[in-house]
Amino acid sequence: MSGYLDGNAAAGALSEVFVGDITTALGRCAHCGRTGAMATTRCYLDPHGLVLRCPGCAEVLLRLVEGDGQLRLDLRGVSFLTLTRP
Amino acid sequence: MTQETRTARTLRLRLPGLTSHRPGQHVDVRLTAPDGYTAVRSYSVASARPGDELELTVEELSDGEVSPYLVHQVAVGDQLEVRGPVGGWFVWDPADPSPVQLIAGGSGVVPLMAMVRAHAAAGSAPGYEAPFRLLYSVRSPDSAYYGPELGDLAQPPILTVDYVYTRVAPAGSLTPPRRLDAPTLLASIIPVSQNPAFFICGATAFVESVSDWLVQAGYPAERIKTERYGGTGVTP
Ligand SMILES: Cc1cc2nc3c(=O)[nH]c(=O)nc-3n(C[C@H](O)[C@H](O)[C@H](O)COP(=O)(O)OP(=O)(O)OC[C@H]3O[C@@H](n4cnc5c(N)ncnc54)[C@H](O)[C@@H]3O)c2cc1C
Ligand SMILES: [Zn+2]
Repeated sequence: MSGYLDGNAAAGALSEVFVGDITTALGRCAHCGRTGAMATTRCYLDPHGLVLRCPGCAEVLLRLVEGDGQLRLDLRGVSFLTLTRP
Repeated sequence: MTQETRTARTLRLRLPGLTSHRPGQHVDVRLTAPDGYTAVRSYSVASARPGDELELTVEELSDGEVSPYLVHQVAVGDQLEVRGPVGGWFVWDPADPSPVQLIAGGSGVVPLMAMVRAHAAAGSAPGYEAPFRLLYSVRSPDSAYYGPELGDLAQPPILTVDYVYTRVAPAGSLTPPRRLDAPTLLASIIPVSQNPAFFICGATAFVESVSDWLVQAGYPAERIKTERYGGTGVTP
């Protein structure tokens, strides 16, 4: 698939890792400091997994890779997340 | 199953255990081939029905992997692997009394229709007072989804529906078919002074052009929510 989608499109995949809806959580970009709902990030999907990038600076915020019955989450681009309890 | 247009079909699914749905949410459908290869695609919920049923409307992309299967092959009684409904961002909240401007390109009308249906179902309950306006860009009258139902529900100012035909205009129409442009957009939406909430859905390029035009016209970016459906963005 060419281009990117909204972070909202990652809601299903991320529901396997987070309790509640992570797309409405506020995330802060560790690179440029932008803070916004995870749904407003840019979502890139490929057969291996998904990447969310910051709409401010385009750096990687989050990567989720699936394979061999495992999920690997790399969150190093997010300096904090604020989630609302479901 | 209902054939919505020549290339789109509405599927009604039963999701055991489904308890809630918010208008604008989507589900992920996973298909698995006999060799174990899987493909996952997202589809907006078109309508939440009583109980544990919901409807999806899928547009066939002739070179696509998943949509031709859902439009032509899936049959009544088949089982699909579905996750969701998910996504709490691109949803209309009936407790919000703001006017709502919906803007759809092609199959992007699906989650907006869920909002229109929820608004209509509210009757005189909270949410119903919020004026709704839908601007729907489609190729031709035959490729518009939900035409008769939208015709019945349209009742300005409760719901106003405007169409832009990009390839074929209806017989007798005074305006020739044309692509949506900024002047047409701005002439057919709720004015800035009413501070509407926007929900825009369609192919990526459609969503991006429309949101850029709105921001240039002075609508605040925080009021604009988008759902990109992917694809190179051939405008419908
Ligand atoms: C949150 C969300 C909700 C969605 N809801 C719906 C819905 O309600 N109804 C619906 O029909 N689709 C919806 N889509 C799009 C859907 O998920 C698939 O992308 C679409 O059905 C194509 O899948 P495919 O496997 O047939 O094509 P693919 O094999 O993925 O792609 C085939 C070709 O089409 C292009 N392409 C992919 N998607 C589109 C598109 N939407 N428009 C134009 N070109 C495209 C690709 O770039 C590629 O060249 C939604 C997408 C998202 C992210
Ligand atoms: Zn950033």
